[in-house]
Amino acid sequence: MIEASFLCKRFGAIEAVREVSFRAADGEITGVLGPNGAGKSTTLRMLYGVLTPDGGSARIDGIDIRGEASAARGRLGVLPHAPGLYGNLSARENIEYFGALHGLPKERIRARARQLGRALGMESFMDRRAKGFSQGQRIKVAVARALIHDPSNLVLDEPTNGLDVMAIRNLREILRDLKSQGRCILFSSHVMQEVAALCDRVVILGQGRVLADGPLEAVRSRFGAATLEEAFLKVLAEAEAL
Amino acid sequence: MRVLLTVFCKEFLENLRDRRTLFSALLFGPLFGPILFGAMVSRMLHQSVLESDEPLRVAVSGGEHAPNLVRFLTSQGVQVAFTSWSESDARDAVKRGAATVVLLVPREFAPRFTAALPAPVFVVADSSDSQTRKSADRLRALVAGYGNRIAQLRSQIRGLSPLLAVPIAVNDIDVTTPTGRAVVVLGFMTYFVLFSVLVGGLYLAIDSTAGERERGSLEALLSLPVARSALVGGKLLATCAYMCLSLAINLAAFVVVFQFVPLERLGMSANVGALTALEFFAICLPFVPLGAALMVLVASFTRSYREAQTYLTSVLLVPTLPIAFASIYSLKTQSLLMLVPSLSQHLLMTSVLKDEPIAASDFAVSAASALGLALVLCAATARHWRRETMLG
Repeated sequence: MIEASFLCKRFGAIEAVREVSFRAADGEITGVLGPNGAGKSTTLRMLYGVLTPDGGSARIDGIDIRGEASAARGRLGVLPHAPGLYGNLSARENIEYFGALHGLPKERIRARARQLGRALGMESFMDRRAKGFSQGQRIKVAVARALIHDPSNLVLDEPTNGLDVMAIRNLREILRDLKSQGRCILFSSHVMQEVAALCDRVVILGQGRVLADGPLEAVRSRFGAATLEEAFLKVLAEAEAL
Repeated sequence: MRVLLTVFCKEFLENLRDRRTLFSALLFGPLFGPILFGAMVSRMLHQSVLESDEPLRVAVSGGEHAPNLVRFLTSQGVQVAFTSWSESDARDAVKRGAATVVLLVPREFAPRFTAALPAPVFVVADSSDSQTRKSADRLRALVAGYGNRIAQLRSQIRGLSPLLAVPIAVNDIDVTTPTGRAVVVLGFMTYFVLFSVLVGGLYLAIDSTAGERERGSLEALLSLPVARSALVGGKLLATCAYMCLSLAINLAAFVVVFQFVPLERLGMSANVGALTALEFFAICLPFVPLGAALMVLVASFTRSYREAQTYLTSVLLVPTLPIAFASIYSLKTQSLLMLVPSLSQHLLMTSVLKDEPIAASDFAVSAASALGLALVLCAATARHWRRETMLG
């Protein structure tokens, strides 16, 4: 479970994130939706600890990200905006490297990497160097890398960027599967269909604020919109008017 | 510590698979110095042999005005080619390379010589060419020697002691030992050694920092629940390991090269064997973490591979500055200078080459100052990695 309360972050004169609060529950997929520059990445980056909030707090499974940063981050799997791999290492080595950094015992890393390789359909390229991987293969390795320590929460920053249709469908299935295992999944996107197809809850961000938050259906009906896209546009228009 | 070792192993392995790193760290960096050095010394050797053994070839124009001078030159082993060039012909011949040196004897030589007045000759040569300059110098010395003989004969005929014309006898006492003489040649070898240290870590320093950022793996790494100082520590350690490898290969190559370069023939003896190599290694070892920290720190500030390369190639020149300074002011080993990294290594290695004893305190100060500075730079690097701007 991921809870953010009143997170604030400014870069110089720009207030990137202003008092953002939301809750992403276990066994659910929560989508953070917003146009470019709405503060999605900044919010997620504060959650996984590479940025320090200027104000507010957040908890991962009830653990404060500032008080017990290490413990909180240990419960988080992270797929950042640019999930680069080490080209001279094989997919397996890339995955196992992160397992070793998490401090897992060797046999467990090995078993877990094998298991993830099977679950994500990567067996054909597990032992190939990552240099020539397709974008879809890269994302799979990056997801496996984020899951090596079996975290109960997974944060993904625009994971479908640059993927083709098949790879996107593939990723959706993987995320649904992870959800059914009872994990909390939080992912950001600026693609409406993506969120509509996948999410149970949605948090709409605009200009660094939460403009709407709730179950997909509830957000849609609150704005009397037929589709999420319509609701999204209404929310943004409302925010502009303010 | 576990994280540090994990990062170290991964960086070490990953770069071992990278052709570019291998080429620069284990081939180009360490072998560049010894090969260039071997080639240069062989060339010098070749030239000095050329100088003493090769007969001097001189084109003489107007030799009929000074037959005795020509005979003297021939008796000294000079190969004389007779021509009838005018001055401008001689200039052309030298410019074209048809002759290296031309001796012009003008018509007034004979009457002035007979009248015991200074008789003129002209030496035509191109002083910008080191080879012909040497030939011209040899010719000048020979002609001057002939002149001295004539002067002595003339004084004797006039009943004067020829010694009157030699009021001062200048004697050279050269105190350089054969090893000491070699140091002049070997002086720049120490820079190659330090250069090999830095080049050895160059690509690893770039790849593990700017490279990590450019390929987008940095953010995932930084989001892990591990201390960033441990991450950067592992990277520093891996850089040090490659530097040590490069240094070891470099020293081994120097030892091999010196087996084949016959320095003795230049009147030099070089104290370069396996033991010297080990001493060099010990002297340079404290410089390794300093170089690694400097490179990783600089590379951490850059955003791309290319940018890092630009900055780090200038870092390669940093150790030359104190060495150049020292050679301009011809600084000798002294305790205070041991505080300056790279210079202290240079001076200590030079002492080893000269077979001079090294004070333990000098060695200790040199090592301590390098390690101290390395520690400061490591702390600065770790501090930079803890900042948010590290994400770029």
